[in-house]
Parts: sequence; C-alpha cells; structure tokens
Amino acid sequence: MAEVVLKDVKKVYDGKVLAVRDVNLRIEDGEFVVLVGPSGCGKSTTLRMIAGLEEITGGTVSIGDRVVNLTHPKDRDIAMVFQNYALYPHMSVFKNMAFGLTLRKMPREEIKRRVGDAAKILGIEELLERKPKQLSGGQRQRVALGRAIVRDPAVFLFDEPLSNLDAKLRVTTRTEIKSLHKRLATTTIYVTHDQEEAMTLGDRIVVMSAGRGTGVVEQVDTPLNVFRRPANRFVGAFLGLPPMNFVEGVLRREEGGVYFVGEADGVRVLMPEDGNANLEAHLDVPVSLGVRPQALSEQPIGAFAGRDNTITIRSDIIETLGKSIDVSTTLPSGRHFIARIDAREDFPVGEDVTLHMDMQHVHVFEPGEFGRNLLHPPSPETSPAMNAGEELAGV
Amino acid sequence: MSELKQPGMKPMAETEARARAGAVASGSDKPTGAGAHVSGRHPMEAGKGAQLGRTIAFVGLVVLGVMFLVPFAFQVLVSLSTVADVDLLTQLGFPPTLKPDNYEGVFEQVPFAKYYFNSLFVAGWATLLQVITCSMAAYAFSRVRWVGRDKVFLLYLGTLMVPGVVLMVPNFVIILELGMFDDYTGLIIPAAFSAYGTFLLRQFMLTIPSSLDEAAAIDGAGHWRIFTQIILPLARPGIIVLAIFAFLFNYNSFFWPLILTKSENLRVLPVGLLQFDSTYGSDTPKIMAASLMSMIVPVILFLLLQKYLVRGIQLGAVKG
Repeated sequence: MAEVVLKDVKKVYDGKVLAVRDVNLRIEDGEFVVLVGPSGCGKSTTLRMIAGLEEITGGTVSIGDRVVNLTHPKDRDIAMVFQNYALYPHMSVFKNMAFGLTLRKMPREEIKRRVGDAAKILGIEELLERKPKQLSGGQRQRVALGRAIVRDPAVFLFDEPLSNLDAKLRVTTRTEIKSLHKRLATTTIYVTHDQEEAMTLGDRIVVMSAGRGTGVVEQVDTPLNVFRRPANRFVGAFLGLPPMNFVEGVLRREEGGVYFVGEADGVRVLMPEDGNANLEAHLDVPVSLGVRPQALSEQPIGAFAGRDNTITIRSDIIETLGKSIDVSTTLPSGRHFIARIDAREDFPVGEDVTLHMDMQHVHVFEPGEFGRNLLHPPSPETSPAMNAGEELAGV
Repeated sequence: MSELKQPGMKPMAETEARARAGAVASGSDKPTGAGAHVSGRHPMEAGKGAQLGRTIAFVGLVVLGVMFLVPFAFQVLVSLSTVADVDLLTQLGFPPTLKPDNYEGVFEQVPFAKYYFNSLFVAGWATLLQVITCSMAAYAFSRVRWVGRDKVFLLYLGTLMVPGVVLMVPNFVIILELGMFDDYTGLIIPAAFSAYGTFLLRQFMLTIPSSLDEAAAIDGAGHWRIFTQIILPLARPGIIVLAIFAFLFNYNSFFWPLILTKSENLRVLPVGLLQFDSTYGSDTPKIMAASLMSMIVPVILFLLLQKYLVRGIQLGAVKG
C-alpha cells in the first residue's frame, strides 16, 4: 500500500528526443488511475519510469514516502503486467508465479500457499503444471495477473494488458480486473489507449496527448468529470463515442444573452447563463462549438425547451444500433456531423431535420486543437484526490 | 562458416558429405511414396507431368546419394587393404583380401588413443569455455544497455574480417611469451573466445522479447539471474548450435595445434595422422583407417544434433 507521486517528471531519449514533460500526478493509496491517450503520448514511458525500466531524465517519482529515481525495479515494491504477458516460456505456470517469491527467499510453504490463493482467485488452479505455450490468451493473461498479485506489492502497474485479447474476453477480463482491485485495494496505475477501458476502470483518468511535440498531461479527473467537463478540445474529441462534433463560429452578445453563431452552417445557439463570465471575454473571436452526438434529440430537452438551441441537418446515412440510431451528415462547411438519437423506424433520409441540444453536453472551445473549454471548464474543486481505498474498504 | 575454411577442413568436408549423403538416403523414403502414386493407386491425384517430375527428381536424388557415398565407400575399402593393394584399387581393381589389420596397426604404430584423448580434451574444453564466454558477451551486447555498446560490437565483429593466417604469427608470438607453447593451455585458451560465436548468440538473444528480462527485473532478478535463469534457458537452441560448430572446428583444427606443439603426447588427431605420411612414403590404408576412427565422434554428434544444426543454419540465414 502506497501513494505514488510524480513531480515534474520528464523523459528525454538519447539526449535529444523529448518524450514526456511536466508530468505532475499524485496517486492516492489504493486508487486506480488510468493513463490514456493516443500512441506516442508518453503514457507507457511514464509507466515504465515508475516501474524503473526507463531512466527518469528530470523530476522525481516517489512510491510511499521515498524517492525511487535511482532505485532498482526490484526494490520499488511494484508488480507489472505486460501487454505480451511476458511469461517465462520455459517455466510452468506455478514457477512463473513463484519466481518473484523464490528470489525473495520466501519459505516454500508460504510460496505454495500464496500461489494457491492467487490461482483460486483467478480460477487457474487446474493450469499450474502447464507451460505458457499450452494456454489460451485469456489464461496467459490470468497467469500474468497471478504473478503480479502473489507478490502483494505496494503498486500494480498495467501496460495495455488487454490489447492482445479478443473483444469479448477484453470486456470480461476488464470486469475481473476491476473486481480484483476492489478486493485487494492496491494502488494501481493502468495504461491504455482504449477510452472505454479508461472510463470503466479508472477512479481517475489521466488524459495525455502528443500534440505539442511531446507527451504532456492534458487533464486529470474522474471519468465523469473528464467526460462532462473536458479541459480542452483535445480531451473532448478524444473521449466519447462517436466523437464530439465541432462547429466553427463566433460568440456574439445579442439581446437575451450570448449566442454562438456558426454562419457557414446556419447555427445559432443561446449559451446558458452559468458560463457567461468566461464567454464574455471571447466575444467576436473565432471559437468552436463542441456537441456530443448523445446531446442531440428530436424532442426539446427539459430546461432548455423553447430556447435557441437547435441545429438543422440533412441526414445522409442512418445507422441503426438498436435503442438508438446514428444520423450522419456533412455540414455546409464541410465538417462531418453525427447525432445519436432515439431510434424510430421512419426517420427521414435526405430531408432537413431539426435537432435540439442538451446544453449540459455542449462546449465552447478556444480555437486550435488544444483550445481551452470556455463553457464547462473543469472546476478546481472537482479534481480532489479521491481516496478510493477507504471507500472500497467499506464495501 | 568462413572460419571453418582452415587447414583442418578435410575431415570436416568428409563428414559433411557423409551427413548429406545420409540426409539424401533418408529423404529417399518420400520419393518412394510418390513412386507408389505413380504406379497408379490414386490416378486422379497427380497429373502426368507431375508424375514425371517426381520420377526424375527421385532418380536424380538416388544418383546424387550414391555419388556422395562413393568416396566414403572407397575410404572404407582402402582402410581394409594393404599398401600394395592400394594401387589395384586406384586402377579400379578389387583387392584380393580385405582385413581389418590396419585398424590395429594404427594403435600399434602411434599412440592413437592418446591423440584421440587430446582431440576430445582440447575440443571439449574449448567448446565449454567458448559457450561460456560467448553467451556472456552476447548477453552484454544484446540485453545490457551501456554507452557505445553497438560500436564496440561492430569493432568486435570487424575482427571476423581479418583472415586467420594474418594473425597466425602474432598469435604464435603471444602464446610463446605467455609460456603456453607446447602445452594444453596454448591449444585451449585461444579457442575459448569467438567473435563469430558471440555474434551468433547475440542475434539469437535479440529475438527474445525484452519484456521477459523486464518482468524478471521487477520480480527481483539482477543481471546474473536474468542471464542464468531466463536468457540462457531460452537461448538453448542457439547455444547448442554454437557448441556443435565450436566442437567440430576445434576437433578438426590442424594448423594451430601443428605449430603450437612439439611433444608427441600433445598431438591431436589431425596432426597425429601426419605420422603415416612421412618423407619415406605414405601408409594410405592406415591414414584411412585412422581418419575413419576419428570421424566417429563428429558423426555421432551429427546424428544426435542434426535438427539443431539445420535450425542454426537457418538462424544464420535469416539474421546474418
């Protein structure tokens, strides 16, 4: 059990290539934190620096209350699960799981007990005598998990552990990892490029990007806050499926309030009052309106009924998903636009339809890929270091 | 393999030929099966052209197999003849009597058992030491990160480009200075290191995923443990290949032992064989008998480890 603190962590490869910079992160004892981002954003590098597999070029990494920058991986009290499982091919499952314990000179009885317990939790008791080659992908993944948990480390590190599994197995294993964490309450740092994994697993998620020439942290928050209050346009676009729609335009003060006007696309939307202070400062300069596909509806939406918050689109393609349908179109400005609305049989194709926006899920961003969120910025008090460990212990 | 082109090459070439002949002989089972096809058991399966092709291939392989066996058969015949009858053989006649006397004669005339022991002793130690040094060097060049590693490796590889003959004299002087002349150490120590072996094992180790040592490091292993408990067991096929190469090379080595030893009881087999080929005439039957006997070890090695050797050659092909 330990908290992990990253302070101004930086990684430079070969003295030239800046891979990650300014990573500041406090991961509470027992917390499950997911690092997510597109490839090249430095999430794996960050994890490997915590593990001690990469040198830390600048800043400090602390586990518990000691700085571990120069500590050998074996002395950091961590266990790691790799994407390719990294099981020792020439050892049986039992030996794979026992390897770390044997090296730590644990008594044989204790090793047997621990491996047995872990095998029981993971349902791999039958496989202990087999070699990794004789196991399926899912079973190998369990053995890799088992090897991590027998050590009872202070911190678990996961590097894209589910990427090599098929879609169905990925979902079930994900649930198992979640319940395992609930049971063990060990501090966990998990790297993935899959936003669904990030949203479902993390107590908090750390969104990283590579967009500014190097890996940086864009936002750290709970999954819901990251989804509802993305710090900038990158985070808004990265999380959520289908991805957020963007409409270019300007903010104008008109009678009745601040309006977003996208002239090219014929969009005119009245902004809610709560964000006005921010918006006032950006009047008459280019901004983007970010609209989540799920924020659109054929019916007026509760609190926003009767206001100017509609967009009219001509549907090109309808994709039926069951409960809902995805309506795709191209706006007059040439931008792609998707609305996910309640399904109905006779939705017209090729005709103009007016859709209402739920302004809770509509954002206004400064221009550029990393433009700040002006309408629903993350509020400072929504990013408290959540102590999941305590919460889980009570379950 | 270029390293093998040394004076001690002759027995090696023979063994190789024999092994190939063996491979052809055992491979001939397959064409026989195809022959059954041709005879019409499954007339629908193969077209006439394919049948013809198979037949030609079969005949060709049999002819090749016989051709490879001829020198060996000749060698056996000579070893069973007398010196006088050898001329008969060369005129394609057949010796009147065949007796295994030469085999005994070899032991009576020279300390053949001692030569045999020397060869096995020197080749055995050289192989063991070479496997140890090469695998450790290969680990350092493939798994440990240090400044200038790949440049040093290139430099190391560069020594392969220098012909062995060029180094013969300086090496000889060094051995002399070190007091290893006319001593087992002089035969073994220089053979205990090999740039080629290091290269072979390094390439092999590079194919082992790095996440394995990382997992082991996190599990609590240091370099020594990662080397002995993770990398070495996984590099076993590569190590076996190197061991075979090293053993054969040293077992067949001729020129180095020749210039480096003068005492009779330090002679190895290839040098010992010279005894039968003196200025006063050459006892060809005894040379044949002795070289047949000295072939036994490499042949057994070949038969036991054939599959690894094939894999090793492929390894060189893909990675080299």
